Amino acid sequence: MKKPLSSIAHTRSGDKGDSSNIGVIAFRADDYPVLLREMTPERVKAFFGELVKGEVERFELPNLGAINLLMHGALGGGGTVSLRVDAQGKTYGAALLRMEIELD
Amino acid sequence: MIRIANGQGFWGDWLEAPVRLVEQGPIDYLVLDYLAEVTMSILQKQKQEDPNLGYARDFPPLIGRLSKQLKERGIKVIANAGGVNPVACARAVIKAAPGLKVAVVHGDDVFDRLDDFLAKGYEMRDMDTGEVLSSIRSRILSANAYIGAFPLAEALATGADVVIAGRSTDTALTLAAMVHEFGWKADDWDKLAAGTIAGHIIECGAQCTGGNCQLDWENIPDMADIGYPIIEAEPDGSFTVTKHSGSGGRVNTDTVKEQLLYELGDPRHYITPDCVADFTSIQLSDSGPDRVHVSGIRGGPRPPTLKLSISFTGGWKAIGTLVYSWPQALPKAKAADRIVRQRLQKLGLQFEEIYTEFFGVNACHGPVAPPVTDPPEVQLRIGVRGHDRKAVDRFTRELIPLVLNGPPGATAFGEGRPPVREIVAYWSALLPREEITTSVEVIS
Repeated sequence: MKKPLSSIAHTRSGDKGDSSNIGVIAFRADDYPVLLREMTPERVKAFFGELVKGEVERFELPNLGAINLLMHGALGGGGTVSLRVDAQGKTYGAALLRMEIELD
Repeated sequence: MIRIANGQGFWGDWLEAPVRLVEQGPIDYLVLDYLAEVTMSILQKQKQEDPNLGYARDFPPLIGRLSKQLKERGIKVIANAGGVNPVACARAVIKAAPGLKVAVVHGDDVFDRLDDFLAKGYEMRDMDTGEVLSSIRSRILSANAYIGAFPLAEALATGADVVIAGRSTDTALTLAAMVHEFGWKADDWDKLAAGTIAGHIIECGAQCTGGNCQLDWENIPDMADIGYPIIEAEPDGSFTVTKHSGSGGRVNTDTVKEQLLYELGDPRHYITPDCVADFTSIQLSDSGPDRVHVSGIRGGPRPPTLKLSISFTGGWKAIGTLVYSWPQALPKAKAADRIVRQRLQKLGLQFEEIYTEFFGVNACHGPVAPPVTDPPEVQLRIGVRGHDRKAVDRFTRELIPLVLNGPPGATAFGEGRPPVREIVAYWSALLPREEITTSVEVIS
């Protein structure tokens, strides 16, 4: 059954230079394995398309039922250099909520 | 147990927050984080124009406003408000609050030592690009080493009421209070990691108490009177995140988790000058209304290097906007974008980048934005950047003429030509920590 990420998780995003990170937190601990299975770095990079030029790294925080997605080359140069309105990736976490994932 | 409150997540945060933290309940320490990466370069420019400036100017009047209560209740203030001129900041504080003892921490500012470092063979390569610092040497505006908690704790040990630092880490402000109160040692890695993570949770102010919280945001109580965060710290490194009772906002494991993940890289290796904290060891539990207990935190040895925060000029940029109304607002805005680009090309102007966004359509989320059909209005936003200031300046003349000589229905040009801004770019590098020596000075 396909559902958007927003049905099982909330997010917060921000910047680290020209990289943006998105913390993805499962509402229920039971859904953490679903995050691991569905939210692969390759799929996240494909989802953002031209917005993310570099690689996506994924880190696991099982203690928080969360993953951290670090997306390189995601902010058009970052900070003061970028011409984007969201030069700090503040809204990328919200964008990711629309990603379709397969639920059990 | 000691209570450490954060009343400022960045320079420009809510002016009332620190006042409410002092007035609405018990706290022992008030920490205030004023410095973002680009703030140092702005302050450096201000100091070049006036040797008495170069610090966060909101800070002295705030301490003046709070001085009576700080003194009567023994509340200590720790702030990185000093920017590139902590002594001038301290003098302004003493002027605004004559009864308080003020100490400053020196040693973070390495602007005058860069050539010495280069001569010693330190390449100070950018941590993102790998380029050597000598490639931008002539364009550097400021250079500071991130200072940890121990120099700040040393300043507290002088009995100061107010401790002013320059470029300390955000987390060190909170950790310093614990190191000072609990006598933690430089190799108490687990405790230092716990204090660092406490600092990370509160360093962005209300972002852990219901601000910018995605989950259930509509129902977060009384956001107009949102409470800023308080850490109730124990000597063993465990702590509780809370806020004053009666204030607005929300503290639970969800709001704290969102902030724990904010601006995070590798969670097992959160590197600071004091330790390397492991975010995968954090145990959270809801321990009462608006209370989250945090325990189990582990850490590892501090790194042999300190991080440098260097700002440098990176060319010029300008961003202009026009609004197109229904009908066909988006096709009109897209046509205007094409026309501007054609005109810039015919003028032979060179830019490193031209970037276009359509507000109301795709500005925030680009190709990921949900589709819209025939919106009532669209704002065209075109930005350019490059090293040729004249070209960027010429661009700013190309938008407003479209109101008369482009697609119909353009408005919102009343602000006139957009300003040309100098880009201050950011460079981070590592330096052996023995090159940095800190000292504490009590200012009278």
